[in-house]
Amino acid sequence: MSIAASSAEQQAGSASVTPATRAALRRQRISETLAAWALAGPALLLLVTLFFLPVFAVFAIALTDWQFGASSLSFVGFDNFREVFADEGFRASLINTILYAVIVVPGTIMLGLVIALLIESGKSCRAFYRAIHFLPFMATLTAMAIAWEALLHPTIGLVNQTLASLGLPTANWLRDANTVLPVLAMIGIWQNLGYAMVLFLAGLKSIPQDLYDAADIDGADLWLDRLRTVTLPMLGPVTMFVFIVVALRAFETFDTVQVLTQGGPGHASEMLLFTLYRESFEYLRTGYGASVAVVFLAIVVTLTLIQARVMDKRVHYQ
Amino acid sequence: MSTQHTRRLALPSAILRHTALLATGALILIPFVWMVSLSIKPPGEIFRASFSFWPEQFYGLENYTRALTEAPLPQYMLNGVIVCTMIVVLQVAVCAPAAYALAKLDFPGRNLLFAMVLIALLLPHEVLALPLFILGYQIGILNTYAALILPYIVSPFGIFLFRQFFKTIPDDVIHAARLDGLSEFAIVWKIMVPMALPAIIAFGIFSVVSHWNSLFWPLIAVRDQNLMPPPLGIMAFKNEEAGNDYGPLMAAATIVVAPLIAAFLSAQRWFVEGLTGGAVK
Amino acid sequence: MAEISIRSMRKSFGATSVLKDVALEIADGEFLTLLGPSGCGKSTLLRILAGLEVQTGGSLAIGERVVDGVRPKRRDVAMVFQSYALYPHMTVLENMALPLRMRRLSAWQRLPLVGRLLPGTKVTADQIDQDVRRTADALSIGHLLDRKPGQLSGGQRQRVAVGRAMVRQPAVFLMDEPLSNLDAKLRVQMRAEIKELHKRLGVTFVYVTHDQSEAMTMSDRVAVMLDGELLQVAPPQEIYADPDDRRVAEFIGSPKINMLEAKLREDGFAETAGTSFSIPADLAHGTTLALGIRPEAFHLVDSHGENVLTGSVRLTEHMGSDLYVHLAVPGSDHPVIARLLAERAPHITSGQTLHLGVKPERLLLFAADGRRLRPDNRPNGTVLRMKEHA
Repeated sequence: MSIAASSAEQQAGSASVTPATRAALRRQRISETLAAWALAGPALLLLVTLFFLPVFAVFAIALTDWQFGASSLSFVGFDNFREVFADEGFRASLINTILYAVIVVPGTIMLGLVIALLIESGKSCRAFYRAIHFLPFMATLTAMAIAWEALLHPTIGLVNQTLASLGLPTANWLRDANTVLPVLAMIGIWQNLGYAMVLFLAGLKSIPQDLYDAADIDGADLWLDRLRTVTLPMLGPVTMFVFIVVALRAFETFDTVQVLTQGGPGHASEMLLFTLYRESFEYLRTGYGASVAVVFLAIVVTLTLIQARVMDKRVHYQ
Repeated sequence: MSTQHTRRLALPSAILRHTALLATGALILIPFVWMVSLSIKPPGEIFRASFSFWPEQFYGLENYTRALTEAPLPQYMLNGVIVCTMIVVLQVAVCAPAAYALAKLDFPGRNLLFAMVLIALLLPHEVLALPLFILGYQIGILNTYAALILPYIVSPFGIFLFRQFFKTIPDDVIHAARLDGLSEFAIVWKIMVPMALPAIIAFGIFSVVSHWNSLFWPLIAVRDQNLMPPPLGIMAFKNEEAGNDYGPLMAAATIVVAPLIAAFLSAQRWFVEGLTGGAVK
Repeated sequence: MAEISIRSMRKSFGATSVLKDVALEIADGEFLTLLGPSGCGKSTLLRILAGLEVQTGGSLAIGERVVDGVRPKRRDVAMVFQSYALYPHMTVLENMALPLRMRRLSAWQRLPLVGRLLPGTKVTADQIDQDVRRTADALSIGHLLDRKPGQLSGGQRQRVAVGRAMVRQPAVFLMDEPLSNLDAKLRVQMRAEIKELHKRLGVTFVYVTHDQSEAMTMSDRVAVMLDGELLQVAPPQEIYADPDDRRVAEFIGSPKINMLEAKLREDGFAETAGTSFSIPADLAHGTTLALGIRPEAFHLVDSHGENVLTGSVRLTEHMGSDLYVHLAVPGSDHPVIARLLAERAPHITSGQTLHLGVKPERLLLFAADGRRLRPDNRPNGTVLRMKEHA
């Protein structure tokens, strides 16, 4: 089809275009267009139904006082948003999510980087270490959360047993407002560091050996100098990428909150997605839930757009 | 090639490296080990604080039997398999032709369609849950397999990934196929998909892992025990049946986690590729 | 003083032996080129000189000092890489300053922020800055100092790489195919510039390339390497005109040298390709040997006879001043290629029969094992001697 089309175009470009060629050219174009839409049609239809209509619906619902099941609704403008931001629960949820991300993102990046550097610094057992550290990332988090609950159990959990046997203070980790968020963040780091590690390993592999050789000749041949002259700067773009992706995952944390704490005690471990879920589907405050969804969307889109900019920059690096 | 940054380490640094990595590795594995350990202990031993991994009295059989019989765990697993399989099959069926059109055909509206794919790529699924829930309610599919599958049958990421891969296949291959009399539809399934198999497999792994592990949407879409996928099922098991009955609960958790881990360990490279390729999203 | 002395250098990666007992003396201030096809071990030898690779056996001295096991930093060598290996995140200035910073500043002084406050840092840093600017000006890249490598053209990057090597005034310059990423025109220009640089600096250059024209035009001496062995080390003209080894003769020169397998008759003539050549030598008859004839060693003659190859023209190629004639000769699968002056050659057409004469002194004789057979330089010169292998 394209062959015919392109040769037809070439002829069209020359001065002598017969009506017959022109008709053939048009037939080609029409049949290519028809084929394309036949192939892409289902995807288009589903994208509209499952992504675009819903996202418009979320914005629309956010501007109403609708409660799921109610037969009437009225337009309330930005009242829901005002209510959302005035709500102590939501504010706690937003702050918790940010705090959680502030712990998880640097923690994941640093541990992931250190482990990647350690793995890359030798040749033996690389696949083995990579597999172990990557395991939590793909294990079902709901099930692993249950295992964590057992570990953190105030009396029979391994954590408190160990602390007690060392003479250190213990805590009821998931029921204490002071510890619950850091503990969830630790689980978050545990889950994501393997992922950061794999991305860093890929980044390390792509550093040209010549740069290390040049650093050797230039005299930057000690471990720290090599790290500072070559490794870390060359990992800069990957690090930015990992930063955003892990931040996105941190903001999308739901499973551990749902399984372990239900946002408690109080609002101490309530996070955005959990608030979204609870307001929309447990309390059926549909309009309010939609507003939370809009706020959540704004955060995620901002982060993703930053990521797009960063990826752009990465291309310009070399 | 003896490369400098991978040169063989002097013995002390090699020992240091292994020690550090074994230590972090051990810490990472603790939840898994503890889970398996509790799953083979009798209640008495679980509640008697002890560090031992292996129980004095092996209680695995009882715990695993209870996990498999008291909750419909086999049903959960089956649901997970059905839902994940359906999702992957439908995703590939919908995304591959669209990706081919975007990558290789020239038609009015192509840029608009691709822009839509990119925008959809931006949208986290959780934001769409509310309208999708309403949609499911309106067409009466809530609390069915369809409710679990429908929202995922088009994957913007899948279209994007396949398009990238299809673009690397030379046009001449398609021209040759057309000269051989293949229809556009046949080109997608007989030429493009087989040639893009690595990308399809990577995407398939990404898709199966995310949907096997997903809790948020199933929590919204189904209430019936017999339809629950594993994460939702095990949460229900924890809340209703087991409570603090750790033995069977940990046995159930082990059973839910095991298939993916086994698959991961047997095809590590594919999993890493699929799941980090998925990161580009 | 930086003469380089390489003694029985060996290197193997696992079971594959990349360098087999290489010995080489490089004089102070010499421009020596390691020439050979890819995979011949030349880059490995250079990397051993730099200290980036550790040899399996043998010893290396730079100046008077044995440097085996000495770190690259302490060898007083600088290297220009094929990929230039510029640090993409640093400006040109920072790239060039790095080797000086690593040598002149202590680890504490190099610390970010804090380092600047330490005594002496500023003075040294200013000195480094001056040195870099002086070098940059000498290479006319002074206006590029604030740019990053990504913003430079290939030729500019190449100069920055040279600048980074030059700035600390090393005793030895190592260059690993530094021109191979440039386009043909720029390559010729940079060839001259590097030669010029060598003259100006007067230090030892060791230059690795697979490109014989680079080797021939730039070097004081060329070391031809093949399969991990040094075949011959000599000035470019000698490598071409007086090769020690059949492989050297075949590697150097374009079009390639013609090789005719011949058998020595009792009367001292070597028989090949339907003719016989008088051999200025006293070899046992029956010996097989190879006659190497450079394409330009032929001249046109009128008729067949001794020292004359006769065959039919397969193909002619006009190269402007020269005319290449491909001649099919009996008993040889490959055509013989002759390079004739175009203006002196008559109109030659394919299919016609042509007689090409060779003066006996222009024959290069090689023994069956590839070694060169040379007439002894006694007046009557009839005794062949086998030149000792380098």
